[in-house]
Amino acid sequence: MELNFQFDWHAAIASLPYLLKGLPYTLLISFGGLAIGFVVGILFGLMRISPTRWLRIPAVVYIEVFRGTPVLVQVLFIFYGLPTLLGGPINALTAGIAAIALNAGAYISEIVRGGVQSIERGQREAGLSLGLSGTQTFQYIVWPQALRRMIPALGNQGIVSIKDTSLFSVIGVGELVRQGQVYIANTFTALEVYFMIALLYLAITLSLSMALNLLERKGVVG
Amino acid sequence: MSATDTRPIVRLQKVNKHFGKLHVMRDIDLDVAPGEVVVIIGASGSGKSTLIRCVNGLEPFQGGRIEVDGKYLEPNGASGKSLQAVRTEVGMVFQQFNLFPHLSIRDNVTLAPRKVRGMTRQQADATADRLLQRVGIADQADKYPGQLSGGQQQRVALARALAMEPRLMLFDEPTSALDPEMIGEVLDAMRELAKDGMTMMIVTHEMGFAREVADRVVFIHGGEIVEQGPPERVFDQPRHERTQAFLSRVLKH
Repeated sequence: MELNFQFDWHAAIASLPYLLKGLPYTLLISFGGLAIGFVVGILFGLMRISPTRWLRIPAVVYIEVFRGTPVLVQVLFIFYGLPTLLGGPINALTAGIAAIALNAGAYISEIVRGGVQSIERGQREAGLSLGLSGTQTFQYIVWPQALRRMIPALGNQGIVSIKDTSLFSVIGVGELVRQGQVYIANTFTALEVYFMIALLYLAITLSLSMALNLLERKGVVG
Repeated sequence: MSATDTRPIVRLQKVNKHFGKLHVMRDIDLDVAPGEVVVIIGASGSGKSTLIRCVNGLEPFQGGRIEVDGKYLEPNGASGKSLQAVRTEVGMVFQQFNLFPHLSIRDNVTLAPRKVRGMTRQQADATADRLLQRVGIADQADKYPGQLSGGQQQRVALARALAMEPRLMLFDEPTSALDPEMIGEVLDAMRELAKDGMTMMIVTHEMGFAREVADRVVFIHGGEIVEQGPPERVFDQPRHERTQAFLSRVLKH
């Protein structure tokens, strides 16, 4: 059999308008989920290092459960499983955002913990010795430094979560992969379409990388 | 000028501290008068740093009581509100400077006056510029700590503590992390402060400085105050054999 298949640029370009309809969903699930996940991560990350045991234990349980199970299973559980418990259906988009928020939140908790714990003890002691309260010391001294150290790890997590949203085609959200699959079913141009989808993901993740690099470099000296 | 006629600004009564099984402070009694400069000497691990860290509550202790400027620190971290009140009145300079690397030199100095004393930025900046002038780094106010030498950083740390207008200053080996050529500039700034009448508790290995600046030298060994007195007396006629042994080790080379 002769291999004479050619990459059809016209087919690739032609798929773009249709694929781009999925882009807002991918972006919404990714960045909506990550924004919530960041808040969740700060909350549970700080609970994780609390001296109070009844704050620490729930944080450990949350982190271990959501880091230790696949995000695909999490979204299937939320979309197909939870409605049975709640007695009503869950919107696929909501389920996707929730899954990213909870999954990324668990990883970000650990990033927050590591960031805060990496700040030398002397920084806290200096703040306290000046008469700042524990909260003020955290707010003005420990957290700004910790946040800066967390940027590379947060960037990694952002990229991972953006790519994870591709799995959510299984619950029928019209994101990039879902759009592609529907398009391929009609045109049989898998090579071109998946290539274009890969390029679109790359465009999103590279933009994020560059934005974070800029943020890291623009941060203060020290 | 040990002003024994006035009420002490610091009073440690039967203070005891344990690190697990290690008994690091044993029945420490120590009064410091206003304006007095007390230098605490002793081998590493003798408990001298721990002692001054107890005075502003950075270290909890298990027995006894510490009074600072009329406020009490209680054992086992039970001081409550008075802890922050004490820290507001007590400045501290650390061995590792502990400047805030994400803040400019000026902001290092103004942070606490603004957030704790409620000063406006203009007031705090004016205070900062005056203090930075005093320690000789007025021209570096817009830089960041990482851009300064160790000696300069430690002088900023001194200005930062002074910006809170403390009644008492604690120094925890302020020159131990410095290159030799920078020790002098930090000691000079401390000398000036002592001359201005600041009450100071200093842990240091700089014996020459101790002899010159101290009103009283306290020698600690094994968590106990073994001997104390005016510097000439302690350095030239140490009474206790532990003091003699320690001084012969640190002064003979």
